[in-house]
Parts: sequence; C-alpha cells; structure tokens
Amino acid sequence: MDTITQTPANVREVTDTSASAPGVENPDTAAPPELPEEQRELVFELRDLEIRYSGHTAVREVNIDVAAREITAFIGPSGCGKTTVLRSLNRMHDITPGATVHGTVLYHGENLYGPKVDSAEVRRRIGMVFQKPNPFPKTIFHNVAYGPKINGRKRSDMSDIVEEALTRAALWDEVKDKLNKSALGLSGGQQQRLCIARALAVEPDVLLMDEPCSALDPIATARIEDLMEELKRDYTIVIVTHNMQQAARTSDRTAFFTAEIDDAGKRVGRLVEYDVTEKLFTAPSDPRTEGYITGRFG
Amino acid sequence: MAVEAPPRSQDQPAPAPKGLGGGARPPGIATDRLFRVIATAAGLLVLVILGLIAWTTTKNAWPWFKAEGLGVFADNWNPAKNQFGAGAMIYGTFLIGLIALLISVPVSVGIALFVTEVAPRRVRKPIIYAVDLLAAIPSVVYGLWAFAALRQPLADVYSSISSATSGIPLVKELTADPSPTGLSFMTAGIIVAIMITPIITSLTREVFATTPEPLKEAAYGLGSTRWEMIRGSVFPHSRGGVVSAVMIGLGRAIGETIAVALLIGSSQTISAHLFGPGDTLASIIANQFGEATGEYRAALIGMGVILLVLTVGVGMLARGVVTRYDKKMGVSG
Amino acid sequence: MTSVGTAVAGASRLTPGPKSRSRRVRNWVATVVIGLAFLIAMVPLVFLVVYVVQQGSKAFSWEFLTTNPPFSDRLPGGGMAPAVVGTIVITGAAALMAIPLGILGGIYLNEYGGKNALARTVRFLAEVMTGVPSIVMGLFIYTLVVVNTGERTGFAGSLALASLMLPIVIRVTDQMLQLVPRELREGSYALGSRRARTIRTVVLPKAAPGIVSGALLAVARAAGETAPVLFTIGIVAEPNWNVFKGPNTTLSQQIFLNATSPFAPAQERAWAAALTLILIVFVVTILARIVTAFFSRRQGA
Repeated sequence: MDTITQTPANVREVTDTSASAPGVENPDTAAPPELPEEQRELVFELRDLEIRYSGHTAVREVNIDVAAREITAFIGPSGCGKTTVLRSLNRMHDITPGATVHGTVLYHGENLYGPKVDSAEVRRRIGMVFQKPNPFPKTIFHNVAYGPKINGRKRSDMSDIVEEALTRAALWDEVKDKLNKSALGLSGGQQQRLCIARALAVEPDVLLMDEPCSALDPIATARIEDLMEELKRDYTIVIVTHNMQQAARTSDRTAFFTAEIDDAGKRVGRLVEYDVTEKLFTAPSDPRTEGYITGRFG
Repeated sequence: MAVEAPPRSQDQPAPAPKGLGGGARPPGIATDRLFRVIATAAGLLVLVILGLIAWTTTKNAWPWFKAEGLGVFADNWNPAKNQFGAGAMIYGTFLIGLIALLISVPVSVGIALFVTEVAPRRVRKPIIYAVDLLAAIPSVVYGLWAFAALRQPLADVYSSISSATSGIPLVKELTADPSPTGLSFMTAGIIVAIMITPIITSLTREVFATTPEPLKEAAYGLGSTRWEMIRGSVFPHSRGGVVSAVMIGLGRAIGETIAVALLIGSSQTISAHLFGPGDTLASIIANQFGEATGEYRAALIGMGVILLVLTVGVGMLARGVVTRYDKKMGVSG
Repeated sequence: MTSVGTAVAGASRLTPGPKSRSRRVRNWVATVVIGLAFLIAMVPLVFLVVYVVQQGSKAFSWEFLTTNPPFSDRLPGGGMAPAVVGTIVITGAAALMAIPLGILGGIYLNEYGGKNALARTVRFLAEVMTGVPSIVMGLFIYTLVVVNTGERTGFAGSLALASLMLPIVIRVTDQMLQLVPRELREGSYALGSRRARTIRTVVLPKAAPGIVSGALLAVARAAGETAPVLFTIGIVAEPNWNVFKGPNTTLSQQIFLNATSPFAPAQERAWAAALTLILIVFVVTILARIVTAFFSRRQGA
C-alpha cells in the first residue's frame, strides 16, 4: 500500500512498500485510495468551466477535482469536449485562435489563468503528450534534452537528465545505444514513449495525455498503460481516451462527457458524471453514463 | 484521355462526318488532336526560345571569347586600349549580390516570421499585399528615386562613416574613399536589397507556413516561449526552404540592371571600397552598349552570356538545395 | 530539482522566476525586432511613393500625356506622348503574343504532358527562364532580330518583353489548372466531351480568374521594364502607333535616359513619366487582385 505523504507536489517522496511489477494487475492500485474526500490533495479544481471557439460554446458546466498522483480519465463520444477541457489545463488554448476560457481553473489553489501567470511556466509544470507522437526531427537525445535546455539546465547535467527521463519512460534500454539516431526512426510506440520521456525531462508534476494510444497497436498500447501505472506514483495523470476499457483498467476516477444540441442547433459538450472509476462503471448515477458504457450509444 | 462519342441510338440519322477523313471517324477528334498539337508546340516554345537565347548570344559574343580566352576573367577593362577583361564586373555582380542579401535576408525573414507567427490573422493579407507592392515598382523608378533623393544623404553618411572608421585596421579598407556623389556599391546594393525583399519574403513565408502544427505544439507543450518555439520547430523545419529562397533572391540580385546602372557609378576595376563606384555585368551592358562596336560589343554581349550562366546556375542550385535537404531530413508532410 | 518557488513559502508556483524572466525578455525582444522588420520594409515604399507623387505631379497633366517632348532637354513644358503611346502598343503587342501562347503552354503542361519526361523538362526550363535577367532578353532579341534585320522597331521590343512574360504566364496557368479538381473534368468526359472541349468549356473557366490575374501581373511587370527595350526599339520624338514599323520609345526608357539629365525640365518630365508608369503598374496590379478576389468569391471557391 503506497503511503502518500502530504508534500508539495514538486518533491516526490514515495515510500512504496509493495513492489508492483508492471503488467501484473494489482487490486490495490485499481481501487481508489482510501483517503476521505477532504484529505485528497487537489491538483486541479475546475469550477463552471466553459470553453468557446469564436464565441460558440464547445463545452460547458465542467466541475471536476483532480487529485494528486491519481489517474483521471475523460471519456465520452467524439466531439463532446474532452480534449478541449484537457487542453485548458495547460493553457494550450492560448495559442488557438478564437478560443476563450471561462470559469475557474485552479492549480494547487492558484488561478491558472491569473494575470501574472506565465503560460510557458504553466506548460513546464503541466506536461502534455499528444494523440499522434510528434517527436522533433532531431536525434533521440536532443528530443529529450530540448526541454531541459530551454529551462537552463547545465550542459554537463544533460546526459544524466536524458538517461533518467528515458528510464522513467521505460525506453532507456531500447535506445541507449542509439541516442544519436533520428527520433523519426523509432516505431510508433517507441516514439510515443519518447514523447513521454521528453515531457518528463522538464520535471512536471502533471502529465496530460490526449488519447496517447489511439495511433498505436495493442501491444504498444499495453506498454504505455503499464507505464502509466508506474508514472502514477510520482505524477498526476489526466488522460482523454476513446477506449472505455482503457479507462476502466487504468484510471482512479473517470469523468464522462456527452454532447447536447443547444437551441441554435449546435453541438455543445458537457460533463455528465464524475466519480470513482469503479463506481462509475458498475453503478453509474446518470442514465446517459449507463447508456454509453453499456454500448447503447457510442 | 479522350472519350469516344456515345453510341447513336437506332432512330437517329447518322450525323455528317466532320473533320479530315470523314466516314467512320467520330466527329471532333481532329480538332481535339489539332489542339493538342498546338498546345504541345506552345510548351516546346520554351525550349526553342531558351536554346535560341543561348545560341545567338554566344555566337555574337564568340569574337570576344576567342580573342581573350581565359582573359575574359581578367581585371583589365579598358576599351580604349582594346582590353576587355570582365573580372571587375563579375566581382561587382557578386559584391552587389552579397550586400543586397546581407541587408535583405534578415528583414525578409523577419517579415515572414511576423506574418506567419506574430501578426494577428486579420492583418496578414494586407501586410502581404503591402510587401508585394514593393515588387510592383519598376526598377527604373527605384533608380530614379534613389538617384534623386537618396544619393546625397547617403554620400554624407558614407563620408561620416569613412572618417569615423579611418583608424580601424580591416574596416578602413572597406570604408575608404567614399564617393562624393554617393554613386557606389553600397547605394546600389541597398536599392537591390529593397527590390529582392518581396520575393525572399514570399518564399520564406510559404516555407514557414508549412511547419506542421504538431511540431509547434510539441515545443509549446514543453513550455517554450514563442521565440523558443520558432527556433526549435520553425527554423529547423525550414532550413532547406530558406536557403533556396535566399538563392533565388541572389539570382534576382545578380540580374538587376537598371537601378544598378543608375547608382553604381561606373568604374571598372576591382575595389574593396564599398562606398566607392564599381560596375556589374548587367549595369555595364546597360550603360555602354549604345556606343560599342566590334570586339567591344562582343565583350558586352559576352558578359550577358556570363550573366545568363550565373543566373541559371544559381537557380538550379536553389532547386537542388531544396530536394537534397528534404531527402536528408526524411521530411514527412 | 530546480523548481522555482518551493523554497519560498507562499510564493506562487506560476509566476516567472528569475531564469524564466530572461527567457521572457528574450521573447519580447524577438517580437519587437520581428515587428520592426516590417516597418523597415515599409519605409522605402512610403517614402518612394510620396516622393514620386510630389515630384511627378509638377509636370503631370493631360497635356503631359498627349504632347510631344520639346526638341531640347533644356526646354520646359511638353510631354511624353510618344512614350505613353509606345508603352501601350509595345506592351500590348507583347501581351497579345505571350498570353495566348503562355496559356496554351500551361495547358500542355498540365493537361497533356503530366508527369512525362518532356513535360518535366519544359516545366523545369520554364522556371529557369523566369530567372533570365531582362537585359539578357534584350540582348537576345538584339542579336537575333535587330542585327539581322538591321532595324530597331517597337516590335523587337515586344518580342523581348514577350519572352520575359511567356514563362510567367505558363507557370501561372500550370498552377491554376492544377487546382481545378479532377471531378470537374471527369464530369465533363463522362458526358462525352473530348479533352479539348473539356478544357475549353470546363477547366479554363474555372481556372480563369487565377490565370487572368497572373497575366495582368505579367503585363504590369512588362510595362515597367527598361532593359529589354533599351537596344531594341531605338528612340523617337513623336508618337508611333505602328509597332511593326520604325523605332519607338517607352516611358521606362525615357525615365532611364532623363534620370541623370542635368537639366531641371528634363528631370521634371522624367518624374512625371515615373508617376505615369507607377499609376499604370499599380492600377493593373490592383485590377489583378480585384479579379482574384471577386471571381473566386463568385465561384464559391
């Protein structure tokens, strides 16, 4: 049983007395941590979050608390705002023309969209892995070193930083002899793990994953799911997934989104239900959730 | 591929055969073939004209090539003494190209970045139109304007810089002997820089715009500032295209004639004095062709041949750079 | 672990620390420099246009466009009628040759040639040809036509300008035709239309706005050219409407010849000629843009 100490998220102290080998289903980690609600350390608090593209609402009424070192999954049919909400968590909408974010997003109690907040610093702390692996057309080494370099880490530390990041992403053994080869020569699954390593290299405390396995084959997918299990010990993970079973397998809490047609006839996404994963999948509160997970609509 | 006419139904009379041959030939096929021939001929016209250009100019320049041999590259232009070495003009052509590129490329890249990454969407088109207006102005008008309005102020600037740097060892070689009229390499180079900026900007802009969104998002996602993203994603992606754009700009600069002819001051010896007069292959032809006969004229035409070879060569290099760079980086769409 | 902010209790995690402040500064400086680049490019444009308008409007008038120049450069007054006429007929003749041939050549490249070796060569050479300096075109026609016929005519200048315009029109036609969707052609073939008719009735109309616009830009460029006409058309002091017979003159040539004149009246005429030329070029350029904007909106492109 992991002992989760209340420390600032930047310092990772995890005393793990039970070694869980990757791939082995550990019932303890599949079940929610047994902290009562008030003691959960909250990384994100979303209150009445609404996001609009060029004035048109894409998703609204999102109220979610994401706790530290948990995996939170966003599920739901296409076009209901899961990715839109995810991208608001690291202010990626700043660079999307026409996108506006309304409501509140708190990160460790601070307003993520406050006036003095530096969005570059936000994205260093809240990392992102994208749907399709997007390594830079550089060497494996330089892909991972990119982030630390712009953050001013010393050249002399770089090899260690790269090695540690690749190890955490479970890729080190496969690439340690070809760090100087182009990243584009790796397989899809390896590229995605490289992207994870790249994100980890800047020492974030959150990892946002936007359907990270949708472009990968089942074996590569399984490896990444195992990786997420390990990463969960040190990082908070929020994952958008189309794959319900994946959410059920890996996440601690799940948020189910759906799309409605508003008065103007346009699709608007909304949060339907957000709960501990096991409960959401076995005894959902909302009939729409039940409809989705039993496959009545998809 | 031409499609055959649809089969006639039974109750329709057979249409009168049209075109050559009559009888069984379907109607309209002759015009179709004729059109194809005409179009192909028009396309081949390009080969014909280019071939003619190369041939007649070389033929008329031959007396010069024959008389001088490798002396065509000598720095000894003096028609009065029957000396027709074009070395100074070749030098001048490249010097103008260099000055123009040094000034134009940073500005063009800056504008291209401005349009693709910095400026808000709505202003992009107007900015592009404004920069393209620079290209619409005829070379002779640039020359006239610079001759009348820029020459004297620049001459003053040159003489100030020249006196200010007269003590600095290497620099003074470049800044010595400023032309009192302002007619010089530098003046011509500045105007040529203005003239080639629109094309370099346009090509660079197109290359920058092809930077894949995922590449940019990857950089932002790691916490890059916009400038860091440009350096980390846009520039590496665009290297080949920018080099090619620069070479195309160089090609234009090399061929620029009229503005240079009005501003460069007509001096035919190799000199390092940027603020002093010079000549290029193109400008000397424009300025001296009227009075030339015999080998003199052949020499001027011959310099046109050299100019042709240079511009075609640079153009092909530009193409070659793009294809080689794309292959090397394994560029995916 | 170098996370900024953990050491100081209560400090915000998200406001920039000292290191990221320098990155911010660098970003801001880069943005400013980039913005400056545009302004730097606009300075000569504005300066030039203002200056030409200022100087040119002194002598510019309807009389200027319709009167001949005085027999001596020293004398004030007069106009550039011969040059105006010359620019119109010489550029016009060049356009009449280059545009149809260029469109046909572009049609060959895109509709008949496709990817075969000949078409690839032609395409490549057309691109090479756009890079040939205009003075070389002038030398070309001089050695080919003027030397052999012994005379300088407006038509020789037209030939040189046409050689300049041809590759431009070919390339723009090729590019515009490529943009026409395959489905449009197939629809026409399926109705029994042959290729030539399909091109004429379906493909060309669709590509027309882009082609017209490109052709207009080529005309604007040709009207402003000096080098190709410098040794091919001679010079005249009276309007010559016959492009085939006898020498001629153009606005660009007159500007070039008068630019360095020591006499103020000649300079004034040169400025007015420059203003005229810029007006022509700008009007044609803007027309080209209007064609693109108007017709592509109509076609619902």
